[in-house]
Amino acid sequence: MLTILFDGIAYGMLLFILAVGLAVTMGLMNFINLAHGAFAMAGGYLTVALMQRFNVPFLLCLPLAFMVTGLLGAVLERTLYRRMYQKPHLDQVLFSIGLAFMSVSSIDFFMGSQQQIIQLPDWLRGRTELFDGALGMGHYRLFIILICAALTVGLQYVFDKTRFGSQLRASVDDSRVAAGLGINVNVIFALTFAAGSGLAGLGGALGAEVLGLDPTFPLKFMVYFLIVVAVGGTSSITGPLLAALLLGVADVAGKYYVPKLGAFIVYTLMLLILLWRPQGLFVRKGGK
Amino acid sequence: MEVVVSMNNSNPHVLATDQQPVLETKNLMKKFGGITATDQVNLKLLQGARHALIGPNGAGKTTLINLMTGVLDATSGQIFLEGQDISQLAPHLRVHKGLVRTFQINQLFNSMTPLETLSMVVSQQKGLGAKLWQPLGSQVEVVSRAEELLELFHLTEVHSQVTSQMPYGKRRLLEMAIALACEPRVLLLDEPVAGVPAGEREELLRTVSNLPKEVSVLLIEHDMDLVFDFAETITVLVNGAVLTEGTPSEIANDSRVKAVYLGHGEELQHG
Amino acid sequence: MKSSTADVQRELLKPSRWQIQEFIFWALVFAAPWFLPGHALIVNEVAIVALFALSLDLVLGYSGVVSLGHAAFLGFGAYTAALFAKHILPDPVVGLLVATLATTLLGGVFSITILRGTDLTRLMVTLGLALILLELANKLDWLTGGSDGLQGVLMGPVLGRFEFDLFGQVAATYSLVVLFVLFLIVRHWVYAPMGATIKAIRDNRLRAAAIGINVNAKISLVYTVAAGIAGTAGALMAQTTGFASLDVFALDRSADVMLMLVIGGVGWLYGGILGAVAFKLMHDVISSITPQYWTFWIGLFLVVLVLVGREKLLKPWKWWSA
Repeated sequence: MLTILFDGIAYGMLLFILAVGLAVTMGLMNFINLAHGAFAMAGGYLTVALMQRFNVPFLLCLPLAFMVTGLLGAVLERTLYRRMYQKPHLDQVLFSIGLAFMSVSSIDFFMGSQQQIIQLPDWLRGRTELFDGALGMGHYRLFIILICAALTVGLQYVFDKTRFGSQLRASVDDSRVAAGLGINVNVIFALTFAAGSGLAGLGGALGAEVLGLDPTFPLKFMVYFLIVVAVGGTSSITGPLLAALLLGVADVAGKYYVPKLGAFIVYTLMLLILLWRPQGLFVRKGGK
Repeated sequence: MEVVVSMNNSNPHVLATDQQPVLETKNLMKKFGGITATDQVNLKLLQGARHALIGPNGAGKTTLINLMTGVLDATSGQIFLEGQDISQLAPHLRVHKGLVRTFQINQLFNSMTPLETLSMVVSQQKGLGAKLWQPLGSQVEVVSRAEELLELFHLTEVHSQVTSQMPYGKRRLLEMAIALACEPRVLLLDEPVAGVPAGEREELLRTVSNLPKEVSVLLIEHDMDLVFDFAETITVLVNGAVLTEGTPSEIANDSRVKAVYLGHGEELQHG
Repeated sequence: MKSSTADVQRELLKPSRWQIQEFIFWALVFAAPWFLPGHALIVNEVAIVALFALSLDLVLGYSGVVSLGHAAFLGFGAYTAALFAKHILPDPVVGLLVATLATTLLGGVFSITILRGTDLTRLMVTLGLALILLELANKLDWLTGGSDGLQGVLMGPVLGRFEFDLFGQVAATYSLVVLFVLFLIVRHWVYAPMGATIKAIRDNRLRAAAIGINVNAKISLVYTVAAGIAGTAGALMAQTTGFASLDVFALDRSADVMLMLVIGGVGWLYGGILGAVAFKLMHDVISSITPQYWTFWIGLFLVVLVLVGREKLLKPWKWWSA
């Protein structure tokens, strides 16, 4: 059972890194971006391409995935997304679904529709057993947990302790007032969107081995990202983190103990939580 | 000349016809986190009142209206409409009981024409809002009442123009017409002439002063000319609390009120 | 010159009057399965999808709920009708009524959930329902046939007289009649005082409440009716194809219908119907050119459409203005 917990936590942390950009974007720009998964997919495919065609070592691919997708996000934000902020949510949904469709199709065209396999370096394979096998920790999952934990701590630090973080929080609370205070909201938007996309890309690269990678990735996992954001709320980092962990553990445990029900558990859980707390489980007082 | 019952608690007045106020708040309080927007407000609106609520910007006048109409939930305190406690009542039900307001910033139905808007409001008011069988426009009572209102508010010329394309002054008139279409017993007007060009103010002001006596009116305004022309009673709100209440001449000569306004760079003058 | 009340009434009633082009449109539509027998099946398909789009318009356009999971009701109606025909009574009209009623009930219960929270909450809650139903249909395979779908649904004759024929003409006419009847009802509703209050809610929720409209109750009502109509469409689908499968719940079905509505125009009676027709044409044309990458072109179309502005699609002269 400990192994289940462990796997669930790994899955959850991965989901968090993948979804945190979406949560902050949603809270900051009030923008429903259903194409967020496409950035994750881009990171994954970039890693595959770099490793297979240019023999770039896996560890190097990770920061590269972050930076390239971050840059992609920045470009798209400036050119396309920026025009959509004031539009009604329906338009944003249609727009981002359109982008998602385009990305899915493009990847299918350029890279084919088969599952991509990532060859992990040797030292990441393998497994350590503890407590007489009650806890089996795959090394890769351990690696994921550590990286994601480090990122989470870093994010929380930026959010809480840096000037950028406080400007970000002010802009999330009320962007008009923030602008009135002299905060350059446009720059905040752009940087945040880029960072969020970059993290998604990193998550995609990290997660390719665990979650699988094929052109349908954005659509398949978008629901999970949205669940993390809806349940976790958009006004903090810890909200989506806890939601992601909850989701990860519930999904893994559910599929193990009651395979007949599968994802049903996760969806029902989400529905019930949202019925109980429509604003999400963790809403910061005074926030939107 | 009408004798007005003074609102001043320490001075219960002559000719107090033991009237139950038509609208009353008791110790009404609203806090937003650390900010007290409404501070223990006791306000009484009498039957047939022409009562103005004034105060500097940010005094909490609109908040008070929002509390009365149920748009905001009070932190504590009560609201009574014709003796009935409506503090927990849903906003739309308060309207059914005759408590109607207008908005400081026009809240109109932009895709509809004034005729459509008023017909819709009138039919809603007459309880036909759930009718499915006959198209809007087939009920004569509804349409003729809508026509009356259009004429009363000088909207007949624009009755078939889509609201979003009407000039601002006409839109402000429509804003009030909508409220009247609800057949209010108590009418809360939130800065009705705000932003209306000078030429069109007359129309609006005349309509306000011609409101039927059965309708009790609470008016929020900054335009002191309008206030002193219209009001029989004035309540002054500062920082969410009632500073004082009285007749126009009492208020005009109240040094505290003057200080509040002069301190904010405004002058309390009237013609 | 003061016009009489009767004149004013006439003015108010004008939009609700039937116009000549509407008569022509419906006449052509009903004639289609008989003059183009080879295309009767397609007519049937478009009629069903148009009905579904009409129901989604009630949700998106009239009650303003951004829902990605409306297919939940389509699927529920389809499976209910299929199961009813298979196990209880193969009469089409009775089955249709039962499925519609059942889906309306589901919609009614569920409509409480869409009232609170943000747009994102509503998106997730509606999507959640569709996903849950999908999973249920998948896992309860002893009842639903699971991923193989529910097959072998043999329908009796419509109204006891009209057998479903191989060409699909009876099916198409059946679907068209149902579409027309429901369209009439919705049309009537839209122009009634009730419809005007719903329009008011759409235009300005705050003011609608401030004039005494029970906004939540009305939105629930519209949503419930929309669910019922979607259920009817699903039932028609199951009945005319003899089959109900999991992809009736699929996300791309919901997305396709959204697109149809957007093409035809959201918040407008004919939006779903015209959009369904236009979409079908687009789909066939584009698929014949590039069968595999249809999603790419659709995606591009969506992105451009939204960037340019949805209202401008049907008004090309606006392309060069601000």
